[in-house]
Amino acid sequence: MIKDTIKLTLDGEEIEITKGATLLEAAQQAGVDIPVICYHEATSPNGLCRICVVDVDGGRVLQPACVAECQADSTVETRNERVERSRRTILEMLNASVNLDEAPEIQQMMADYAADDARFPDAHLREHTLIDDNPFYVRDYEQCVLCWRCVQVCAEDAQYTFALTLKNRGHETSVTTAFDISMTESPCVFCGQCIGVCPTGALKPKLEWGLEQGWSADEIWQMTRRERKRARENSDGE
Amino acid sequence: MAIQTELDAILAGYEGRGREALLPVLWEAQGAFGSISPEQVHRISHALRLPEADIFGVIGFYTLFHDEPTGRRIIRVCTDPTCALAGADDVLHHLCERLAIHEGETTPDGEYTVEHSPCLGLCDYAPAALASARAEADVALPTVTAEGLLSEWNDDYFDPAGDADSALLKPTLNAAPETLPQYGDYKSLRRAIAEMKPEEVIAQVEASGLIGRGGAAFPTGLKWKFTRGAAGDIKYVVCNADESEPGTFKDRVLMEHRPHLLLEGIALAAYAVGADKAYIFIRGEYPKATAILAAAIQEAERAGLLGGAIMGDAFALDIELRRGAGAYICGEETALFEAIEGKRGFPRMKPPYPTTFGLFGKPTAVNNVETLCAVPSIIEKGADWFKAIGTDGSAGPKLVSVSGHVGRPGVYEIEPGITLRHFLDEVCGGVIGDLQTVLMGGAAGTFLMPEDIDLRLTFEDLRAAGSTFGSGAIMVFNQTVDLRDALKRLGRFFQHESCGKCFPCQLGTQRQVEILERLDAPQAGDAERLLDIGMTMTEASICGLGHTAGIAVMSALEKFPELFAPIPRSLPPK
Repeated sequence: MIKDTIKLTLDGEEIEITKGATLLEAAQQAGVDIPVICYHEATSPNGLCRICVVDVDGGRVLQPACVAECQADSTVETRNERVERSRRTILEMLNASVNLDEAPEIQQMMADYAADDARFPDAHLREHTLIDDNPFYVRDYEQCVLCWRCVQVCAEDAQYTFALTLKNRGHETSVTTAFDISMTESPCVFCGQCIGVCPTGALKPKLEWGLEQGWSADEIWQMTRRERKRARENSDGE
Repeated sequence: MAIQTELDAILAGYEGRGREALLPVLWEAQGAFGSISPEQVHRISHALRLPEADIFGVIGFYTLFHDEPTGRRIIRVCTDPTCALAGADDVLHHLCERLAIHEGETTPDGEYTVEHSPCLGLCDYAPAALASARAEADVALPTVTAEGLLSEWNDDYFDPAGDADSALLKPTLNAAPETLPQYGDYKSLRRAIAEMKPEEVIAQVEASGLIGRGGAAFPTGLKWKFTRGAAGDIKYVVCNADESEPGTFKDRVLMEHRPHLLLEGIALAAYAVGADKAYIFIRGEYPKATAILAAAIQEAERAGLLGGAIMGDAFALDIELRRGAGAYICGEETALFEAIEGKRGFPRMKPPYPTTFGLFGKPTAVNNVETLCAVPSIIEKGADWFKAIGTDGSAGPKLVSVSGHVGRPGVYEIEPGITLRHFLDEVCGGVIGDLQTVLMGGAAGTFLMPEDIDLRLTFEDLRAAGSTFGSGAIMVFNQTVDLRDALKRLGRFFQHESCGKCFPCQLGTQRQVEILERLDAPQAGDAERLLDIGMTMTEASICGLGHTAGIAVMSALEKFPELFAPIPRSLPPK
């Protein structure tokens, strides 16, 4: 069988890779680290965080490595001045809008790219109150980076439940349910997959959150048992 | 009960259809009830077999849809740069004062809601407004006053346009759209069907040198060739009539004046690429053009020029008019497809490109209104005729929308190659006052200075000068204008219109406007911040909106660095 491969230059090294591979896969094969935020192996890539952008042949715009296919005989620079400026600025702007206290991977990226955590003074931080509306998990959208992964696993990427959607647009976008109804009123089946793919502390199991509040496991169990009972009664009543 | 019956009657008209019918259904439901309630979403969800959460998400994406009750009448006043020069802020202020509400609020009696709006494409009638009343067609209102907005709404404007020798525009006769008898019975389409193979139509358009008039300047013939050559039996033509770039209103004038010219252009495109279905996606803020096109489609269908079996040949074409709902991003071609498909208008990743994977995943030729309007005369008079107009890089007549401080703002057909000076002095009535700067190419354009005034208006000359012809918008500012105010408004526009998908634009348009809002007292480092934001949006965003959202600001950084200096300055003379 003839292997369908192409050659390209990545950070000065010539590499050979299967045709159709992404630039991220090429970098992984070459042992080069490219940061990602929205990309996850289990979800359809949307190429939206743009933290993985790389320079291909000095083109007019940078290419998102997670989705852009390798081009034969191209020259890829995964970390030059243009790339660093974009990655650093994205991180600085994100940090000004979102509480990243519980996003250690993004904090590490900020260190790697010398991002100034006070670059944008007087910036509008996206404000949300913590939503504690079900026995299983809490939602703190102040920590949400809008990677879309929870919405995706709730829909066609995994569960086909369609409890979640995006509301508004632009900087004021947020993740929510239809008409902001509570999770117990929504079609949510509490599969927990959204929590599993959340890259920050925006979605958190109630037990973990309760322990952080200083409550004992027993106290949390008592609380959530009552909630579960109430939820059951409500759904029986319909 | 009445609501259920009425909604069911609406939904009955969409039986068997799915998600793609969502925007039309929402328009009808909102027309009947004023806003869309959870109960209605529940019923729409069942009828179109769509998750309720998705419908809620779609309503929230488009600013002309409401999921909460509004006033029986909604008045939206444009506050973008051109309308601001004409006193839009005062109109909005007085209107709110008269109604004793704040902007964005509804009067206690539920009669009026007042909002500000992005550019309504009535820049030659600034200040403009869009008015809606429950169960009535929306009205685009020219040169508004607070008093006028509270009395009878009147949209009987008709832009003066065209000379006898114009190719796209015609002299304005009866201040009414051209009828089918006036236009003629689509003789270019007849000729193409009778005498030319589709490939010959494409060859003719390619030979003419026609390049896209929507802003991206892609060769039209090549786009059609790719679409025709793409694998698959089902293909579409989509007319992008989502003109929303502040300062751009040429497509509105074309549609309001010459609807049949556009329809014939669409039919020729469909014949060329092998499509039997075409969509016109028109922005929700253009109610007048929408009504004119809807009537023209019916007129052409009755005359056997559109619909099944056109002119006795095997060629058939159904043209469907789709109304947008308040989202500039839908002028981006892939976001436009998403809107027709009933989704939030997010741009898709490219590749794949529309010519292979477009609307509903099928090969699609998507063209701007003006581009399609150029086609009938290319077929009628030949590629050489078209090529002889303008320059090698900018073949054919080009429409320009000019607004701001000129004697006669409006839409003009020019021969590319004339200078900016000639255009301003001889064509649109001269600059009022002393020229400070020209914003060339719309909100995503660049500033030209008085010393640039001898630049030729061509795609290639403007590109070489680091500017852009873009969609042909020219906004003229004289020395009385505080450019910081114009920049703020551009910043607000992009912040309002960013779809929010990619981080650079979602965050960048927000950070950009935060800095522009404090230009009266810039902080140390603001110029550097704006440059980093602008470059990051330009180089790392997904789509054209993000790529251009920082262009005007970066141009101002270069041309007017003093505006961004963190030192006390005196205000420019008023």
